[in-house]
Amino acid sequence: MAVTAMDVYRLLPKTNCAKCGEASCMAFATKLSEKEIDLELCTQLAADEMDKLVDLLAPAVNEITIGKGDKAILVGGDEVLYRYELTYYNPTPLVIDISDDIDEAAFDERVKKIEDTQFERTGELLTLDAIALRNKSGNASKFKEAAEKLKNSSLALVLCSFDADAMKAALESVGDEHPLIYGATENNIEQMASLALEYDCPIALFVPNDLEKMKELSRTLRNKGITDIVLDPGTYVDAGIGDTLDDFVMIRRLAIEERDEDFRFPILGIPALTWLNSDEDEVNTAIKEATIAATLINKYADMMIIHGTEIWELIPVLTLRQSLYTDPRKPQAVDAGVYEFGEANEDSPVALTTNFALTYYTVEGDLKSGKANCYLLVLDTEGRAVDVSVAGSQFNGKAVADLIKDTGIEDKVKARKMVIPGLGAPVSGEIEDDSGWEVVVGPRDSSALADFLREKV
Amino acid sequence: MDKMTQLLKLLENTDTIELNEFRMDFEELELNIMPAIQQVVQTAQRQAQQAEIVREAILAEEFKPPIHDYPGEVAEVQLGAGTRKPVFLGGQKTLYRFEEPQPNPPVVTFDVFDIPMPGLPRPIREHFEDVMEHPGDWAKKAVKDFGANMVTIHLIGTGPKVMDKTPQQAAADIEEVLQAVDVPLVIGGSGDPQKDPVVLEAAAAAAEDERCLLASANLDLDYRKVAKAAVDYNHAVLSWAITDINMQKTLNKYLMKEGLTQKDIVMDPTTCALGYGIEFSIDVITRTRLAALKGDSDLQMPMSSGTTNAWGSREAWMKKDEWGPTDYRGPIWEIVTGLTMMLCGVDIFMMLHPQSVKMLREIGETFTKEYMTSEVPDISNWVTQLE
Ligand code: B12
Ligand code: SF4
Repeated sequence: MAVTAMDVYRLLPKTNCAKCGEASCMAFATKLSEKEIDLELCTQLAADEMDKLVDLLAPAVNEITIGKGDKAILVGGDEVLYRYELTYYNPTPLVIDISDDIDEAAFDERVKKIEDTQFERTGELLTLDAIALRNKSGNASKFKEAAEKLKNSSLALVLCSFDADAMKAALESVGDEHPLIYGATENNIEQMASLALEYDCPIALFVPNDLEKMKELSRTLRNKGITDIVLDPGTYVDAGIGDTLDDFVMIRRLAIEERDEDFRFPILGIPALTWLNSDEDEVNTAIKEATIAATLINKYADMMIIHGTEIWELIPVLTLRQSLYTDPRKPQAVDAGVYEFGEANEDSPVALTTNFALTYYTVEGDLKSGKANCYLLVLDTEGRAVDVSVAGSQFNGKAVADLIKDTGIEDKVKARKMVIPGLGAPVSGEIEDDSGWEVVVGPRDSSALADFLREKV
Repeated sequence: MDKMTQLLKLLENTDTIELNEFRMDFEELELNIMPAIQQVVQTAQRQAQQAEIVREAILAEEFKPPIHDYPGEVAEVQLGAGTRKPVFLGGQKTLYRFEEPQPNPPVVTFDVFDIPMPGLPRPIREHFEDVMEHPGDWAKKAVKDFGANMVTIHLIGTGPKVMDKTPQQAAADIEEVLQAVDVPLVIGGSGDPQKDPVVLEAAAAAAEDERCLLASANLDLDYRKVAKAAVDYNHAVLSWAITDINMQKTLNKYLMKEGLTQKDIVMDPTTCALGYGIEFSIDVITRTRLAALKGDSDLQMPMSSGTTNAWGSREAWMKKDEWGPTDYRGPIWEIVTGLTMMLCGVDIFMMLHPQSVKMLREIGETFTKEYMTSEVPDISNWVTQLE
């Protein structure tokens, strides 16, 4: 259950001294409960209360760092089962695997591809987060060598081997990079736990489809004082996906609703297993892997290892991650106002759109790739798309007339003429009446806007 | 601001507020004392940790699956009767399979149109090019070649701006499809609020006693007429609200006033596609299903998803070399959109692409199986076995 502001308030000094920068202890408590401010900012706390607050504010799911410095990624940290209750924290890192037995050129090429993969959406650059090195060779020195090479990579590292000797060899060269050790199993847990302690690295526990055993082994690790644990209950991709979903959901429920200490850790899903003995061709296997990834990220995977690197496979997964992790408490909006594209001057055309982030960035992308020279007026529709705000009437004549005044666009251009989105057609007359500008209804999709401005305006 | 007032109200009702004895008033004092406090804090934390370790070692508890008790359940809706093989939707008593498997698997209904639909994306046209002239053939192919559980016949041609087909022509198209296949039908209008109720009424009469799903009733049209057609000719109604749980509740209430019961209604809370507001749909659908299980009788109907919306997304259709072939992007967009809705509780999916349908069904089928009863491969050595 999420912590309420009241729970927090009880433990604050209640003096309203405002040293934290907030007007009152209650305001501070509200922000703390929503994780929008740091506890340390209240300098007035007694030790006892501090302790209680640290405990109270610890996320239901432990937040773990993998990698260090620029490469560091955060995993876990969630508080709720459903995003509408608060928000989800720390977008699921996508980790791509690489095996230690491929030749050097292929190895370098794959690493480069992983590092270079990117997809821009609503002004955000979506990228991959880490590399999982697999000890496919079964050979310790090969594993160590490959790990050494990955030191130069810009991404965080997961070391995958169930052989403690190989793990030790790799840690000798990259242990100080804070990689995730994958993984401890029933058979090697003592040795792997010692390595995690020796190198102070987070460790993943791999116990396929047996939560009873997982609980026992998680406790074994915790009894050794290890707190940075990641849980992998196994990923099955065919009929077994039902079990995998059940396992993931049970772990998360136990963490959040029952605060079961053995399960308060991030969950690792491995869609890459789709490629294990797949009898489908590459395209179908990649489509299936994306499906499995989407399934797991929807139901609590805090981190995933993926095998496919085709951009068309990754785009939907990156997009789903972005959507799931947007904060429902904040509208996805850009600032209203006037934006300039290319070389705009007093003869340039003026177009109008809304301040919904997806709408704005779609239009922006189209204007840029279409090499348009123009002004774009962005209307504050409280972060709503064109047709949504037409339906909800945030997109109306008076609002556009005000926008024209506020932006001073009339000082920038000579003509009094604007292109509005095709979907805004129902309010074109209203805009003309309220602003005195001439309105041209543009195409429905902004991909045709740059050409439209060139040819028709 | 709202939140603050609420909190202050809360505060009024609390009778005990512990007061802190410890307070520092001078900046200097703070500076001197802070490190000491920190030390105390750290020691306390360490002690707490050690204490915990001792306690843990003694009290190893057993694993217990976190199963909930739900006061409510989802109604079971039958689609298809008369000459149709029936399909059942809903009936869930729990949220997840480990609590109790759901009685009916999610169902896919293939989109078929009463006109050749030149605008359909190429990856779909490819599969149906040869049958698009005749809705009956189209439906047959969906069922025979692609294993559709159901077929949705969209009477797009009745749209005043499309072909303005008459309600009688619509009824004839329905008859053609009824003859061609024996699966249950969803009957959809053109989206014109004036004409849809009349068209649906004629279609409902043509399919009397076949228990089709009339799509749809919403607050912008004469939903009474649609409800009445369903009651008169023995059909169910799709109750469509736009990502708004209160609107959904209101509409369901109105429909039940017209003589429909929970067993005659399927809800469409609106599917916003992946990347186009899917998070709004996730929230609304999750909340709707939770409300049903908590016992809200106005929301205990099965849910439907217009998954086909996914094809409207740029990432699904727009040619762009850096994004790879649309042949793959389109189906994945549809799969991920539908799948996400399925994981939030949706029971029936309107879809277009054969491969998306196959993938969704594979995962949906597992929802009716008991936990740990499926055969699973040995993955214990995946690190070395993966190519
Ligand atoms: C997500 C969504 C929502 C979300 C809002 C998300 C948001 N932040 O806007 C929520 C759930 C909140 C919502 C609410 C409502 N919605 Co709504 N919603 C949608 C949905 C599914 C997608 C909208 C979207 O994200 N589009 C993507 C963006 C990028 O598109 P866009 O802004 O239009 O931009 C494109 C074009 O307009 C053009 N373009 C943009 N700028 C410019 C500029 C120029 C110059 C040019 C030429 C072109 C251009 O190019 C862009 C890229 O293609 C649509 C259905 C659909 N379209 O698929 C319904 C839809 C828009 N909603 C609808 C309705 C009715 C509503 C509500 C009124 C429902 C209600 N009664 O409460 C409310 C209104 C809320 C309000 N305004 O107060 C209807 C509108 C019907 C109509 N036209 O009258 C739609 C079409 C659904 C439907 N079929 O009925 N909705
Ligand atoms: S610094 Fe602490 S005591 Fe002072 S107002 Fe902020 S929360 Fe209250």
